[in-house]
Amino acid sequence: MNRYYYDFHIHSCLSPCADNDMTPNNIAGMAALAGLNIVALTDHNSSRNCPAFFAAAKKNGIIPIAGMELTTAEDIHLVCLFEDINKALAFNDEVDRHRIRIPNRTDIFGDQLLMNENDEVIGEEADLLSNALDLALEDVPPIVEAYDGICYPAHVDREANGILATLGVFPPEPKFSVCELHDMDKAEPLSALHPPMQKMLWVSGSDAHYLWDIRDKEHFFELADEPYSSERVRKELFDTLRGGKR
Amino acid sequence: MKVFDIAKTLSLEPLSVADSSREVSGVYIGDLLSWVMGRAESGDAWITIMSNINIVAVASLADVACIILAEGVVPDENVCITAQQKGINIYTSDKTAYQLAAALAECLQ
Repeated sequence: MNRYYYDFHIHSCLSPCADNDMTPNNIAGMAALAGLNIVALTDHNSSRNCPAFFAAAKKNGIIPIAGMELTTAEDIHLVCLFEDINKALAFNDEVDRHRIRIPNRTDIFGDQLLMNENDEVIGEEADLLSNALDLALEDVPPIVEAYDGICYPAHVDREANGILATLGVFPPEPKFSVCELHDMDKAEPLSALHPPMQKMLWVSGSDAHYLWDIRDKEHFFELADEPYSSERVRKELFDTLRGGKR
Repeated sequence: MKVFDIAKTLSLEPLSVADSSREVSGVYIGDLLSWVMGRAESGDAWITIMSNINIVAVASLADVACIILAEGVVPDENVCITAQQKGINIYTSDKTAYQLAAALAECLQ
């Protein structure tokens, strides 16, 4: 068993609202400096910068996870994480079919840059990524699970696009084994108000849009990792997340 | 009718006044930002209870004449500062969306 410090919620320059300095190598380098061991890239409704991020993470000794911050039809943000990057990219193709196409206005929302592993711009996403999909909250978990992924409500302690701010409560369905908090100090008081949260595993997420939002190591999971391989660690992590609070 | 005339007639409290001489040509009511983004029309007064920073981007995209926050909603920090930078008018009112819309209907007749 070893401690793995994590951040499962970071945006790259593909997210319109994220800084263009959030390149794959800058994120991986900053995360390494912060002492993080497992890092997920979660752009709005896209996983397309994950291949570049994986290469950058490997150079920096970080275990990368392919992810996405998905916007449901109700404007609720869900963090989606995948054990296998290829399945994340296949999931991405499916999500593309549920996007409501509005051309991105870079002057209002910002650039949506696709990068390669050398932080070179290899393309731009033309349509806005951050708006809602046509998928309702309850539609999302079965699709994510079909790609061996897990999804959970993002920043439940925040006003903008948090499930509690939007719906007022955790609805009875779908059930989530995990919920993310931006500020872990709010977990106890919030769970007193919302009992379903007491059965969930609380995960911290920085929701970094700028390099300086990537926080120093603080929250960790103890994961069995022998014989060591990044696949083993990743599998243990996903088992832990699926298991919820124990 | 211009934004400042409407603000005066409806006793709206100004939070960000960037261009109050804009003409208001219609009204849109909605809180789901993605929905508003695709449906509000240029020149509308947009009535909402959403108060986070994203309302500024949506107002820019839809090119609404002003945002009117209903039911005494107070926006998050930085919303008013960003709104001024982006040239977005924001007002707040204790009235409900229905009361505001009814009053606006009379103004726009």
